[in-house]
Amino acid sequence: MKLTRRDALAMGLGATVVAMLPMRLSAAADDAIMAYTGGAEAGEGDITLTAPEIAENGNTVPIGVAAPGAVEIMVLALANPSPDVALFKFGPAAGAQAAKTRIRLAGTQDVVAIAKMPDGSFIKTSQSVKVTIGGCGG
Amino acid sequence: MASGVKPRVKVPKTAAAGDVITIKTLISHKMESGNRKDKDGNKIPRSIINRFTCDFNGTNVIDMTMYPAISTNPYVEFQAKVDASGEFKFTWYDDDGDIYEAAKSISVS
Repeated sequence: MKLTRRDALAMGLGATVVAMLPMRLSAAADDAIMAYTGGAEAGEGDITLTAPEIAENGNTVPIGVAAPGAVEIMVLALANPSPDVALFKFGPAAGAQAAKTRIRLAGTQDVVAIAKMPDGSFIKTSQSVKVTIGGCGG
Repeated sequence: MASGVKPRVKVPKTAAAGDVITIKTLISHKMESGNRKDKDGNKIPRSIINRFTCDFNGTNVIDMTMYPAISTNPYVEFQAKVDASGEFKFTWYDDDGDIYEAAKSISVS
């Protein structure tokens, strides 16, 4: 196949678009994570995020987080108009560093939970949730 | 929005000392996210409950910051450790400055 200049341009443009899309998304996601951790890298650890694999209705998606020993747990939905979902701070009378709530998801995306440990380090986990009907209006 | 806000809390009536109990809370609130538009295309202003706290005998159990991504009628389930009889105090803080409160006592044997 002979490549014309037009073909080459179209291919280049297509490749750029494909490359830009995920980069743009993950950049915003990283920003949201960095905003919470203050630039610190979040590693793996003893943190669990419970969310359904498929949510029919993005308006109420039940989720649960648990991170034994954590001081705080931040929940982020990376593709929402604003990624912040909830911040749980556990006090001295907490029986377990765990909580459940219901959240809105704008579309199919990864939900991320980041726990802040007493020594100031962060651990994170994420789960992808498929959403049939988005729940953020607009 | 101060109309029709009703907190509901479920706490076990009794427990043994040192037990970890599960508490369920629900408050009726429309949690307007600020992203929705009315039929004329105008944005509906944000109006949510932005904070929820629970204390047991003055000691904090959980302090939760809520963002617009929390669903209508926010439901929160969490655990508390009880060493003595006392009272759980629940407080919700509305964007418009309103504060909604609920209390439940538990007897610990």
